[in-house]
Order: sequence, then structure tokens, then C-alpha cells
Amino acid sequence: MTESVVGAQSVWSSARRRLQRDWVTIGAAGVIALIAVVAVLGPLLSPYAYDALDWRHLATAPQSSHWFGTDRLGRDLFVRTLFGVRISLLVGLLATAVSLVIGVVWGSVAGYVGGRADEIMMRFVDVLYSLPYLFIVIIFATVFGGASLTGLFVAIGAVGWLTTARIVRGQTLALKNREFIEAARATGVSTPGILARHVIPNLVGPIAIYATLTIPQMILFESFLSFLGVGVQEPLASLGSLINEGAQEMQSAPWMLVIPAAVLLVLLLCFNAVGDGLRDALDPREERLRTEARQ
Amino acid sequence: MLRYTVRRIAGIVPTLAVIVTASFFIVRLAPGGPFDLEHPLPPQVRANLDRAYGFDQPLAQQYLRYVGHLLQGDFGPSLKQRDFSVAELIAQGLPVSLTIGASAVLLAVLVGVPLGMLAALRRNTATDYGIAGFVALGIALPSFVVGPLLALVFGLYLHWLPVAGWESGAPQYLVLPVLTLALPIIAYVARLMRGSVLEVLRANFVRTARARGLGEVRILFRHVLRPALLPVVSYLGPAVAFVITGSLVVETVFGLPGTGRYLVQGAINRDYTLIMGMIIVYGVLTLVLNLVADLLYGWLDPRVRHD
Repeated sequence: MTESVVGAQSVWSSARRRLQRDWVTIGAAGVIALIAVVAVLGPLLSPYAYDALDWRHLATAPQSSHWFGTDRLGRDLFVRTLFGVRISLLVGLLATAVSLVIGVVWGSVAGYVGGRADEIMMRFVDVLYSLPYLFIVIIFATVFGGASLTGLFVAIGAVGWLTTARIVRGQTLALKNREFIEAARATGVSTPGILARHVIPNLVGPIAIYATLTIPQMILFESFLSFLGVGVQEPLASLGSLINEGAQEMQSAPWMLVIPAAVLLVLLLCFNAVGDGLRDALDPREERLRTEARQ
Repeated sequence: MLRYTVRRIAGIVPTLAVIVTASFFIVRLAPGGPFDLEHPLPPQVRANLDRAYGFDQPLAQQYLRYVGHLLQGDFGPSLKQRDFSVAELIAQGLPVSLTIGASAVLLAVLVGVPLGMLAALRRNTATDYGIAGFVALGIALPSFVVGPLLALVFGLYLHWLPVAGWESGAPQYLVLPVLTLALPIIAYVARLMRGSVLEVLRANFVRTARARGLGEVRILFRHVLRPALLPVVSYLGPAVAFVITGSLVVETVFGLPGTGRYLVQGAINRDYTLIMGMIIVYGVLTLVLNLVADLLYGWLDPRVRHD
């Protein structure tokens, strides 16, 4: 991406050209869009609320009145699954945003300022890296999350920024001695100004790639926490908490496990496919290496 | 090499100090406490409890006291599980968690390495694409989905293996948890191995070996295997962290008496000493195993002998 200044037009247009030929990526993006639309509109059109109990249909298998069946309390699983998707997407996007903001600021400052500050800042990242980070997320989530969704995605985002910071720092190091940065410095632009106007805009490519690959990870975190019972709390549903309930009832009601698991899987596979596709499209060097490896 | 090892071991100490300090204060500053029950305790009882555990003193003083005990190897009593010390609880659970974790990593290397080599040697054939599909699925499938599904298929439908339980580590109870934990690592290892074998096969020394007329099998095992293993070894550090967090899920799904549940329980119950004990034990484990992975790397690759 270091060439993006000189040939900005060509990198983006060739990326678009490559993306247009990449049917897997386009298909995956389409599936995500479809799931998102259904998740937003579905509950509005359904006659059931996500927490409404239907006493005549307790733990029934999928049928015409309840498409995905009902759970032990007679709650409609179609609506609950869609609510779970809503929460997964919301947490995925917001936590990614939180982690991006922290990571980009931290990484670009460390890389650009350099010296002692860089050493201390990256040492801090190393220390956090050496921990099993889900531990910290669990503690953050129980401590600050509780019943609130805000606490949950701040907790997840606050630990997800480490890799972003590393990537951004590396890219900043490559950029900081380039002529245009030197020119900006010579004309007296302040350090925050240089970071905001010259460094960060040139990192948009790698950041965009990494962000799309971060979203499924954040979705995974959220489901993991909800599965363990420290994430989204009843009566709200998340794909993770639905899978947990399903796992407990799988003997008598396997659909309670299989349906949310399948939805989560499709969502994760599609996000990963889009991220990979975007990386291939934006980073031709990577693609060349790949084709070489295939020969 | 020795100096490097000593320096790295010394480097663990400040990291651990940061972990202990940070987690002590985060856990303590959280709202709620271990004695906030649904029916509040009589004030006199509550005050006695607080005094007994030293919670009536300033936080800084409590911290110093905790660290003092810690340096003597004392994790303190569990605040919620009466009559158990944190050390006892962890000593009960840790062997179970370690057995599962170590078996999973071992299985992942034993399966993942040959799988990746096979994919590399049969590149762009149906075998390669089949393995690539398995890899994509293995990486995308979270363990809390794989675990219940495996239990459903092999436990409930086929009746080949028990659905859950431990029974003091009888082999049939180990199969599904270890498989669940190992699957994503197998996938990663296979992916790394495929790439690195392809890269090494193009190296000059392999061409030289071919020119000298060595057989393909001999080249593969004598010349390619060792350098190709390097990326796998450097992945072992992250794999350990993965196994440790994955064990939380696997122990929940398969009802194993490991240490994983203590972390979640401890955090929910605000069992301060138990959470701290878990963070410290798992922190030390992660740091030490990462160090071992790094040293192993230096041993395999003479170019990175650190001094």
C-alpha cells in the first residue's frame, strides 16, 4: 500500500476490477446483506415478540406457525434467532469500531513518535498480547458489562485493538520517512496534523482489510461470552446464548442447537470470505505470492 | 543461548507483576462484592466478614497484603466455596485441564503437519482442495458449536462415545473434548505447513539435493521437514493461548471438572481470590509456554540462535 500516494487511482480501480471478478466475495457479501435485511425486517413482520410465551407450543419442532420451532418456554425461535443476528451484527460492528479507533491512534502515534514512547507503548501491547485475552474480556464483561450491551462491546473492543495497533505501527514506520511527510514537517505541520492528514489516510487500505476480518472475530467473541453466560442476558437472545440453550436441550429438541449454530456459521464464513476477497483485491502483491505458491 | 534464556525468564517477572496489579484493581473496582447476597447479611455479620478478610482496610493496604501472601505461595481462601483454599481448587482442576489441553496440541501437530504436507505435495488436486475446505471450516467453526454438534452426532445418535462426563479420565471420555479443542489448531497447522513446505521445496538446497540424486522421500524428511516446521512452532505460542480459552468452552460443554469454570464462576460471584488465582496460574502458564515455543524455535533454526 505504500504506492497508494503515487498511483492512488490505479490501486483502487484495479482493486475494483479484481473484486468484480471475484464471485465468492460478491456472493458472500450478498448473503450477509440478505441476512441483515431479514434480521432487521423479520421481527417487525412476525406476529411474535422475542420474549412472548406461547403456552400451546412448548418446545415444538419447526412447523408452519413457528418456522424455527419454539424453545422450552414457547418463545418463537425464528424471531429469537433474528434478534440474535441483530445483536451479533451490532456488537460486531461497534466493537470493531471501538478497536479500530484505539488501535489506529495507538499504533500511528507509537510508530510516528518513535523512540522511548514507541518502546513503552508497544511493550504494553506485548504484555497484553501475552495474556489469553478472552480472560480479560470475560472479566471486563462481568465487571462492566452486566446487563448493558454498551459495556459488552466496549469490553470486547477494548481488547481487540492490539493487532490493529501493531499493523498500523508497522505501516506508519514505513511511511514516516517518505518525502511528503518530510515536506509536511518542513512546512511546520504539527504532529497530530501530520498523523491525521498524511499518515492515517494512507493506511486506509490495510485498515479496511483488517477491519473486515475483525468483524467476524468480534461476533465470535460476543457469541462466546453469551455462550458462557456472561454476555447478553435473558430475555434478550444472542446466537451464543441460543446455542447454549440448544446444547442443553439437544436430546429432545435438536433444532434449538442446529439452527442458531448454522446461522452463526454462515455469518462467520461469509465475513471471512469477504475479508479474504478484499485483501486479495487490495493487495496484489499478496495475490502474486499466492499464485506462485500454487504453481 | 543461555544468556537469552535467563533474560527471557527474568522478563516474565515484570510482566507478571503488571498482570497481578492490573487485575487486582480491576476486579476490586468492579461494582458488587462477594458478600452482596440476594438477602443482605445482618450488618454485624457483614462487618465481621469484612474484618476477617481484611476488606475494611484501605485498598492499597489490601493489595500489599495480597502480594505479600502471594510471594509466600499463598493464594488465600476462596471467598465463596467455603472450606476450600484457592490453591486446593486449582490443584483439583488443573490436571484435568492440562490433560485435555496437552492432548489437543499433540493431536493437532500429529494430524496437522502430515495433512499440510500432503496438501503441499498434491497441490492443486482434489486432495489439496478437500484439505483446503476442511481448513476453512475448521478455522471458522467456533468450539462452542463443534462441541455440542459432536456430542449430538457421536453421543446421542451413534452412541459411540459418552456425551459428557470425566470418570477420572477414562479414554472414551477424552475423545470428544480433545477433538473439539484440536480441530481449529489442526486446521491452522495444516494451512501453515502447506505454505511452508511449498516454499522450502523451491529453495536452492532442495534443488541441490535433487541434483545429487537423493530420493524424494529422503529429501522430504531429511531436508524439507525441519525448516518447514518453523512457522508451525511459532504458531504454538498463540495455540497455547487458544487452548486455554477454548478449555473454558469445552469444559462447559462436556461437563469436565477442570479449572475453566472457576474463572467464569469466580467473576460472576466476585470471588476475588479465586479470580486472581486463576489469572495468575493461567498467566504464568501462557508466559512459560510461549517462552518454551520461542526456545524451541531457536533450537530448530540455527540462524536465530539468540545471544
